[in-house]
Amino acid sequence: MTTPQTTLVEDHATVALEGDIDLSCSQTVRSALLAQLRAGHAVSVRMAAVSYIDSSGVASLVEAYQLARKLGLDFQLTEVSEAALSVLRLARLDRVFPIATGSDGKG
Amino acid sequence: MSLSTPTVSSWRMKACPENLRTIRAHVRSATLGLGCAEDEAADIVLAVNEACMNVIQHAYAGCDDGEIVLHIGNNAGCIEVLLEDFAPPVDFSRICPRALDDLRPGGLGTHFIRTLMDESCYGHSAGGNGNWLRMLKRLRGAAQPVGDAR
Repeated sequence: MTTPQTTLVEDHATVALEGDIDLSCSQTVRSALLAQLRAGHAVSVRMAAVSYIDSSGVASLVEAYQLARKLGLDFQLTEVSEAALSVLRLARLDRVFPIATGSDGKG
Repeated sequence: MSLSTPTVSSWRMKACPENLRTIRAHVRSATLGLGCAEDEAADIVLAVNEACMNVIQHAYAGCDDGEIVLHIGNNAGCIEVLLEDFAPPVDFSRICPRALDDLRPGGLGTHFIRTLMDESCYGHSAGGNGNWLRMLKRLRGAAQPVGDAR
């Protein structure tokens, strides 16, 4: 995985993930997401280019989602790849995370 | 501990997060070579990845000096995976999946393994230094094992 790419527009951060999200990089993902939330930014996690995610990557998303709720900030996943979505379904988190289909976070 | 079927593929490598990608590639290649469909191979890859993560994080407790040995075999359409480590004996009574409606980070790996594989069992290696995990997945179209016919 390359370093998550973060784009900030006003108070909304889009964090784009790509490649394999596993134990070797899930802490980097976690830090990137939590940092944006702690800065008071709503977060969209773009997952179109995620080729694999394991439970450590999912745990990073869960932790960020929980912090967002605690802080009253919006948090959503966008353009989730089929590889990532199948793992979220396995954990039944596709029913928990707000998931948008469009790159604009809608849908 | 050994596979009940002849081992087709075996690897021994350091138990560190950086090796997980290589392990996944090995497992995918081996299981596809043994006749798994893409989705069946993906299930086994994820289950093995989660099992290796448990070894790295819990058995070796983050110490990068430990090793993992992985064996994969096939018996009449049933893929058998044996994962061995050389860590101090794990207290297996502490291994349990979290309830899925209990939303918190962590605790999903065991759920993944139990959901994706048809059988899993674990134990301590002879001599008391190490642990093993044996997982089975029956491939679609494989004959039902004797005594399991319905």
